[in-house]
Parts: sequence; C-alpha cells; structure tokens
Amino acid sequence: MATLEQTTQEVLDLATTHFKLVPGTLAPEDDFFKKLGIDSLQTLELLSRIENHFNIELPDYEVQGVSDFKTLAERIQSRL
Amino acid sequence: MLDLTKYSFVGAALRDAMQQFADEVCLIEADREREKHRLTYREFNARTLPLAKAMQNGGFSAADRASIIMTNQSKWLISAFAIFYSGGVLVPLDYKLTPAEHWQLLQHSGTKILITEYPIWRQLATSPGRANAPNVQTILVTEAPPSADLSGARRWEDFKAQQSPTFIPRERKDVASIVYSSGTGGRPKGCMMTHENYLEQCVALTSLYPFWPGVRYLSILPTNHAIDFMVGFFGPFTCGAAVVHLRTLRPEFVREAFTKYKITYVSLVPLVLKNLQKGLQTRFDELPPGKRKVFNFLVGINKAFTKSHPRLWLSRRLLKEVHAAFGGELQAIIVGGAFSEPQTLEFFYDLGIPVANGYGLTEAGTAITVNDLKPFRADTVGKPLPGMEVKIVDPSPDGVGEVYVRSKTIMSGYLDEPDLTAAAIVDGWLRTGDLGKFDPQGHLHLSGRKKNMIVTEEGKNIYPEDIEAAFEGLPVKEFCVFAANYIWPKRSMVGEQLIIAIHLENNQQFTDELKQGIIRRNNRLLNYKRVHGCVLVDQDFPRTASLKIKRSELAEGLSKLDRGRAILPL
Repeated sequence: MATLEQTTQEVLDLATTHFKLVPGTLAPEDDFFKKLGIDSLQTLELLSRIENHFNIELPDYEVQGVSDFKTLAERIQSRL
Repeated sequence: MLDLTKYSFVGAALRDAMQQFADEVCLIEADREREKHRLTYREFNARTLPLAKAMQNGGFSAADRASIIMTNQSKWLISAFAIFYSGGVLVPLDYKLTPAEHWQLLQHSGTKILITEYPIWRQLATSPGRANAPNVQTILVTEAPPSADLSGARRWEDFKAQQSPTFIPRERKDVASIVYSSGTGGRPKGCMMTHENYLEQCVALTSLYPFWPGVRYLSILPTNHAIDFMVGFFGPFTCGAAVVHLRTLRPEFVREAFTKYKITYVSLVPLVLKNLQKGLQTRFDELPPGKRKVFNFLVGINKAFTKSHPRLWLSRRLLKEVHAAFGGELQAIIVGGAFSEPQTLEFFYDLGIPVANGYGLTEAGTAITVNDLKPFRADTVGKPLPGMEVKIVDPSPDGVGEVYVRSKTIMSGYLDEPDLTAAAIVDGWLRTGDLGKFDPQGHLHLSGRKKNMIVTEEGKNIYPEDIEAAFEGLPVKEFCVFAANYIWPKRSMVGEQLIIAIHLENNQQFTDELKQGIIRRNNRLLNYKRVHGCVLVDQDFPRTASLKIKRSELAEGLSKLDRGRAILPL
C-alpha cells in the first residue's frame, strides 16, 4: 500500500494537472481554496477526479471542513 | 394543493397531506448511482409516527425545541414532521458549522432533542462545547455503524414504537421554528418563525410557482436554509409533489439526477448557477462553426418568442439537446440566497430555462420579491409577492433608499433579543438594511447595503462581529472587522469582501510576521468567512462607556481614506 507521503504527492499531482498548473507549484500544507482561488464547487470536481484515480469513494462528510492537501491525503489514505 | 388559509399550523397541513396524497411519491433519496429510498406519503407518515411517539415518551411536548443537524436526506424531513406533529419547535442548523458553533447554537436555542447524523455526531461528541449545552437531553443519531460508540446518543433507527403518538395542535402565532440568520461567535440571531409565517409564505410562493403531484423538486440547498425548507419541503409536501435528495453533491451526480428523475424545479445559489453557465458556455464554444451557427440561430428564435413570457413547449423543441440535459421537464431554476448577476440569469432565459430570481431574508420568511416572468426581467429582483408590502424609506434624489417590508411572513422576533428585535422591526415594518428602489413597472432594484455584513455568492450571510473571535490574541492594540462596502458604500450586491481594521501599538511596525499571524488566524475560518485585506488605523478606536467599539463611528472615520490605497491585501 502507498505511504501517506506517496498519496499526498499523488493528490498534489492530480490537482496540478486538473487546474493546469506548473509542476511543483503546490505543497502539502497549502490551503487549496486560497492557493488555487477555487470555490467549493470546483473542489467537488477535484474530489471526483481523486476518487476515480484512487478508486475509492469519499463521502461528502469525510471531506467536510478539509482545506489543505495533507489532511485530504490522510482522509484518502484511511480509505485505501 | 391543500388550502393553507384554513390551517392554523404547519403540523396539521403536513398531516392532512399524508392522507390526501397517500399513494403519491413524496421523497426519493439517492446516493451516487444508487437509489436508497423512494417513499410515498403513506410510507413517510408510517416512518414519522414511531419517531414522534418515541420523542413524546421521552418527555418532548408542545413548544419544546428540537434541532436537526443533517445533510439533505429523508430522515431530515421525517424528523421535522415528527417535531411538528408533537407541537414542537424546529431548530434547523447548518451542518457545515463547526462543532463549537453547533454547541453554541444548541445552547442558545434551548434545544431539548438533537437529531443528527453519525459523522457529524462523531465530531460533536468530542467537542468541549458539549459541556455548555446541558439543555440537550436526548441525542438521536442516524446511520451509526453497529459497533459505533454513540457517546450517550441513541440510534434514530431504534424507534419503532407501536402505539400512536398524540397529535399536538398549535396556534398560528406560535413559534414553528427558530432559524439562525447569523450569529455564531457574536450575538446569535435566532429568527422566531411562526406557523403563520410559513403558511402565508407558502400560499404566496405557490401562487407564482405551483407544485402538484408529479412534480419532482431537486433539493440541493441545505434544508436548514429558509428557501429549501419552503420549496424543498413544506411547499411540495402540501401540494403532493416529490422531493429528490442526493447524498453526494458532486457535479456529475447532480447532472445525472436531472435526467434520471426528470426534475421539475431546482433551487441553486448564484455561485452554482454561474458554474453551470460556465460549463454550458464551454460546451457551446466547442461546437463546430456550422453547428454553432445553427445553435445561435435557434437561441435567437427562442429569445424572440419568449420575450413576453416563457414558452417552455417551444424552447424544449427548439433547443432540444440543452433541455434534454436538464431532464426535459424543468419548469424553472429557483435562484436565491444571494444576488445573481443579470448576465447569468439572461443566459439561462435565452436558452428557454426560466430563472426565478428574487430577494428575501430569513427574517421575512424566505422571499419578499420574485420575478414573475411576465415578462422576464434579469435586471431586477422582481415584484413583491402577494401579501407583501414593500416601501423605500428616506430615498436619495435618485430614488434609492432602505427597503422596508411588512407582511404576515415577517418573523415574530429574534430569540431572547428584544433590543435587536426592536431595532429590526419598527411598527410592524422589517428594516432590511438593504438599499433599493422601484422602477415604474413595480420591479425592485437592489443597489447595495446599509448594514455591516456581506452575502457571499454561496448565499452565506457573514456578519463581521461573528468572525472577530478568530483574530483574538493578535499582537496589536485593537482590531475590528468590517464589510468593505459598509465603510466605502458601493452600488453593488456582488463581490463583497471583509476587511480587518488594525490599530498598532505605539512604535509597532506592520511586519511580515504580523501579516503571517493575521493570515494564520484567517485560515482557521471557513474559506467564505475570511477577510481579504487589512486597513491600518493610526488612532484609538472610538468606544462606548462600556468600552465597546463604536463601529459606525469608526467606519465613518475610515471612509475618508481612499479604498484602493487603504486596503492591504492578505
């Protein structure tokens, strides 16, 4: 199974591709609302992409209140 | 629909709806591609009665308060009906608040029974705020795993009492619910909505946008919100219509729901509507030039033929594919919670999808004005609903003044706040704090706010006082949060932002470390509550004898600064 670091990196890579950013722009502690300037709806779109990538289901309540990549990766990790 | 003018309370109307529409579907609940529940009114009633009985057995009686903290799902509505059936007062809370905020409002509302979902309860149970709300005697938790530690709560699903509960009547003027329009962190503003407020509002709204058996309303806005409570529960239920709940609000499942359930109405906040517009626009832009030309031509024809009023049958034929993507039976998109940009509303209307935009406040019971589509006007928030008296007070030479409203839908007051109530309702008129004017056709135009608050595109009301706690401990002499437009009035209802005014200590510099301290504290707030910049003040804040900041005086002083230069972005 992937380590938390690997999962975090994969999440960062997915977000980088999804929002068409320069690789290396994002860091685990980044607040994705602030860093990417996205709203809650765009976050939901990213979550769908993440779900497909990891082949998991992230219920909405699991990601409620999460705003940084590291915590998001932890929630994903617990479902891998 | 039921004749609501004959009813004295919400519970009686819902009870009669259960009998009158017994075999109609009232509720569909889906989770991703799976349909979890499809209930008729008869089945809905059968699930409500045991819960009502169990609540009554636990000592819940007339005028007792019960809170619901849940995402939109069948058990939300079943619980609400059980509360009304028992003569109780519903306290619907936003599930997106933090545990500390939830406990604060549970305590403030005097809630006796809390009904919530297990994932939410997991966080609430361990929050220190729990100790401050001993008034919460019973906690019912839905969907807890079999082995879950319930921390003193009981399982919602365990209530299967065989005996019938007592149906407890209420009067029209009795409080039906306490809806918080703001106030986490500051002074909670719990709007006391009476049974009359809901009955009257429902009659007014359904006269313009009717429901009937066979209508399917897609409930996406949280049901604790006044709009969804009315058009996603009470309205459709008293007309025999059905409500569709989605447990996952990912865009692809929402899109799928339109076609799968052939949705008739949906309510959205402006932000979601705008996103929908963006998505559609991208798809139109990708059409090959030939197809694009034909498409534009059809949109032109549609526009010409729907100028005076919508012609859904025609629009659905002309722009078949667009309408098919929405399920083909959409009557209107209801948009509310915040101000919508005319250009977005026009975009949808041009496609033959009427958008029912309007203007309302929780304090006024959902909606004050609504676009009646005769003709559609994207530049206004519509005309006052039947039964609403709206006047403009102290208008400036161009006719803009504060909007006052009087009707049977106005709340009875703020819970335990006689002073706030007296300031908000004067001689029966609700002072909205919003600025606007009427045009010769009787349409209301909004043009800004008089009050110190913002409304985000997600429909969230943010009061600066409520978020100041997040900045406690900031190493400065004093600080105060404001809506930027309150200091520097703007004739605009969109793009509103908060700022923090900071007075540094003597000889203190605005260092990067201080800035980072502000950012760190700011990031603790939910994203839509964050301040966007700070303004440095070089003198003591004006204060009252009890040392409270005189906000209006401070704002007046700040207004002399140049807005663009004064705000340092964070």
